[in-house]
Amino acid sequence: MPSAFSVTVNGKRVGVTEDMTALAAIIVSGTAMVRRSVSGEPRGVLCGMGVCFECRVTINGERNRRSCQILCRQGMDIRTDE
Amino acid sequence: MLVVGAGPAGIAAACCAAGNGAHVGIVDNNAIPGGQIWRGETQNSRVSEAANWLRKLATSRVEILPAMEIFASQEPGTLAAESADGMHELNYKKLILCTGARERFLPFPGWTLPNVMGAGGLQALVKSGMPIAGKKVVVAGSGPLLLAVAAYLKTHDADIRVIAEQAPWAWLMRFGLSLPFHGQKIGQAFGIKKQLSRIAYRPGCWVTSAEGNGKLESITLRTGQKTWKESCDYLACGFHLVPNTELPALLGCEIRGGFVRVNDFQESSIPGVYCAGEPTGIGGLELSIVEGQIAGFAAAGQPEKARGYFGERKRQRRFSAALERTFALRNELRPLPAEETIVCRCEDVRFGRLRGQSSWRAAKLQTRCGMGPCQGRICGPAAEFLFGWKVESARPPIFPVPVESLAAATCAE
Repeated sequence: MPSAFSVTVNGKRVGVTEDMTALAAIIVSGTAMVRRSVSGEPRGVLCGMGVCFECRVTINGERNRRSCQILCRQGMDIRTDE
Repeated sequence: MLVVGAGPAGIAAACCAAGNGAHVGIVDNNAIPGGQIWRGETQNSRVSEAANWLRKLATSRVEILPAMEIFASQEPGTLAAESADGMHELNYKKLILCTGARERFLPFPGWTLPNVMGAGGLQALVKSGMPIAGKKVVVAGSGPLLLAVAAYLKTHDADIRVIAEQAPWAWLMRFGLSLPFHGQKIGQAFGIKKQLSRIAYRPGCWVTSAEGNGKLESITLRTGQKTWKESCDYLACGFHLVPNTELPALLGCEIRGGFVRVNDFQESSIPGVYCAGEPTGIGGLELSIVEGQIAGFAAAGQPEKARGYFGERKRQRRFSAALERTFALRNELRPLPAEETIVCRCEDVRFGRLRGQSSWRAAKLQTRCGMGPCQGRICGPAAEFLFGWKVESARPPIFPVPVESLAAATCAE
């Protein structure tokens, strides 16, 4: 079994496993919107494979990370647009 | 030897080349080999073909370079790649490009709402830990992927409301008639059919709009003159596949009709640069594997071994041609976007602003369409279909990278 731990999504603790992506953690946290577009529209993920860039978030302070390509790690801090 | 892309074609190419004594590296932007179709599969998977190839790769002498995105090439024989720990220069004598494909997305009102996503997109998400049990899902668009996705989601207890395939019955029937040559494919189709029992599969049916306040709540479907609403939590919608040709184009490989042109040995117009799988023509899993095998043997200097797979490739290419005819896009999809429907999701360029443009290039300059981080990978194929523009763009960096990496790459130059 993959090991279980927690990450935070917008400050909220979410239980995950090491085979989950940061994006999966965001969805588990109950958020469909991942970012705001340049004109302020709410956006969620589209392609799920690192091409569309709709899933970009801030991870451990680093902006514009594609959350669908990054696996969860213990204590990871994930921030979506509000 | 360097293989780019660790999906079925890349894994087959790397294993065949390494078996012939070549020193082989395989680079992929994902953390784990398998590509899109074998995402989530392991050496112990029940999908034996995936397990076999993944085991072969793991026990081979192929060096695996995961979670690395190639963004430029300074000179022939080198590629610049970016990973979490910075920038890397990858050197090669022979190169095999197995960059795969992505879904084609077509705009319709509401397609930018959260929870409207690709068909393969939703599957990838569920494979990477997204819960789907009990959720109402409509699977729509076009192509054999819709069936595979619906079957997969159903095994994870999703509530599949309907599968809406835009291709009409008549086209699918013709496809069915061309299948007797492909016993394996039929087996797959029947395997899936069992999982799909009691799910409505509607050919000649497509989504005309998605509605919701802040996120998806319902969609409107159309078949013939009939339209109706279907409430759902997720819309998984993709219109077959488009090849990832950005890297081959950047390197100067000749692209013809949207695909990388290769010779019998899968070698591109650049000697020593090979290409296998979807970038040479959308043909699915088996064709990708056989092309990978040919490329791997040929690049490793074993043309007679490569030749042994020519017959199988020919057989699979017939299937590929039938696929293309069957899942051609119907004209009724063109007028779906409204004036205010967004086409370029990165720069929020709306349909109304694009309609007056004369070309893809003009649209880029005048509206910033295709100038965002995805660099036209999503809106380009859509614009091609909507406006008939010839869309091509491969300028370094082909993926956005932090300024430090670009600076490092420039200094290296």
